[in-house]
Amino acid sequence: MAEVLVYVDHVDGAVRKPTLELLTLARRIGEPVAVHLGAGADTAAATLAEYGAVKVLTADAPEFADYLVVPKVDALEAAYNAVSPAAVLVPSSAEGKEIAARLAVRIGSGIITDAVDLEAGDEGPVATQSVFAASFSTKSRVTKGTPVITVKPNSAAPEAAPAAGAVEQLAVSFGSASTGTKVVARTPRESTGRPELTEAAIVVSGGRGVNGAENFPVIEALADSLGAAVGASRAAVDAGWYPHTNQVGQTGKSVSPQLYIAAGISGAIQHRAGMQTSKTIVAINKDAEAPIFELVDYGVVGDLFEVVPQLTEEIKVRKG
Amino acid sequence: MSLRIVVCVKYVPDATGDRHFAEDLTVDRDDVDGLLSELDEYAVEQALQIAEDADDAEITVLTVGPEDAKDALRKALSMGADKAVHVEDDDLHGTDALGTSLVLAKALEHVGYDLVVSGMASTDGGMGVVPAMLAERLGVPQVTLLSEVKVEDGKVTGRRDGDAASEQLEAALPAVVSVTDQSGEARYPSFKGIMAAKKKPVQSLDLSDLGIEADEVGLEGSWTKVDEAAERPARTAGTVVKDEGEGGKQLAEFLAGQKFI
Repeated sequence: MAEVLVYVDHVDGAVRKPTLELLTLARRIGEPVAVHLGAGADTAAATLAEYGAVKVLTADAPEFADYLVVPKVDALEAAYNAVSPAAVLVPSSAEGKEIAARLAVRIGSGIITDAVDLEAGDEGPVATQSVFAASFSTKSRVTKGTPVITVKPNSAAPEAAPAAGAVEQLAVSFGSASTGTKVVARTPRESTGRPELTEAAIVVSGGRGVNGAENFPVIEALADSLGAAVGASRAAVDAGWYPHTNQVGQTGKSVSPQLYIAAGISGAIQHRAGMQTSKTIVAINKDAEAPIFELVDYGVVGDLFEVVPQLTEEIKVRKG
Repeated sequence: MSLRIVVCVKYVPDATGDRHFAEDLTVDRDDVDGLLSELDEYAVEQALQIAEDADDAEITVLTVGPEDAKDALRKALSMGADKAVHVEDDDLHGTDALGTSLVLAKALEHVGYDLVVSGMASTDGGMGVVPAMLAERLGVPQVTLLSEVKVEDGKVTGRRDGDAASEQLEAALPAVVSVTDQSGEARYPSFKGIMAAKKKPVQSLDLSDLGIEADEVGLEGSWTKVDEAAERPARTAGTVVKDEGEGGKQLAEFLAGQKFI
């Protein structure tokens, strides 16, 4: 069976969930070969094998952290040359998409980004995408070269399928472009202890109606009662009430959780673009005419400062 | 020596309009008004600020697109860019991201540049891959997804806010930069700017000017193919209740029914 390269997103060997989803999808089109760059391959290998990696190609070098994107492209290209895969799958993070983009140019292959589903087809993998603010769904394929496809988080439920997962060192020679952009300083983001926004099963977002940074704890309390991630609309982010990394929408992150709760968000097209594929949508807004109510499975027309705390309290009671 | 800044912009269908696909499964541009991609306005703004800080700089705005795409160029010119280059050719219809990056790279080499600036993604395709592809094709550093950018002493520096960390980046010119919507509000064109834009030069280039064969671009030359496009069924209207004191509890009941609690 053909091999499929899967680029591993991890933090020091702790494999992030979107990679397990990728391994699950990769098995539909071939045998997954994981590419793990940086430290922690031995730790990661067990998880990668559990989810179906027949092999784990690994390389570690200071270049991966010291320079932007290109050293990882050099390594993925080396893996591509070592394996001659039927497809290359990369998680749809900002960096993942850039790595995939440069690899596609180098190997002369077509690229599809932000796939939400993947299946085997007669002429290679077929990717489903959600476009135009999720109002259309398309099926596309790569027609030249080896398909390079980035896949959005929450596109598949990770399924275990134990495989060998033997770790092999990958020889990488870094090109002259790899040291072009130096990372001169890195400030890690402080952990909130909440799930990562794009990966979370539940997202609770606040918008203009939250009316100030000092009120966001109301949203956070609801999120914490559900074990959810916190999102924010562009209006709330632009007003400086919540960090940009939490922005849901066209210019922020697109999320597709099991449950999306929008509080004080009117539902402008830019916001809808980022959350419309959520499985269940709930909104709380004072304005009965807000467009978000056109999307909801359940909506409450009311003051979020009354409804949200009551909801949080009720959830706590029910959860005991 | 003058700093040559080229801003790559895209003319996109208005996201608030009713966007759909044409019969050949390319984006239907006939029925929807187009405009300069909002995310590219941030690129124009940063280019203007970089030019203002430089001793001597010239801003060229570059687009690949149909006749109407001139509107996007005019908008950028009215904001303050100096001149424009429009790559226009019937054979470009249906070109995908890889093809677009090829055309832009050739056009950049044709025009000459020290600094290429673009938005983080287009507001239609939204792939966010073209800046990285350009850097790869041009063989220059990519300094992308910046929320802050500065050019000094032949170097570009900037801040990239990622999920896990915020990074401070540095690269020597020439380089490709992309900026996010956090880089700073884009200015509105003044009346004077709008009038001045009408007199600014717009150079037209076609594929033969760039030494690109027709079969390298367009629908036929694309590296990808859309086989199907279906409108998603509209979400059926759910329950909407008015809060009369029990709204939070009612919502909790709904969530419990859906097994979220």
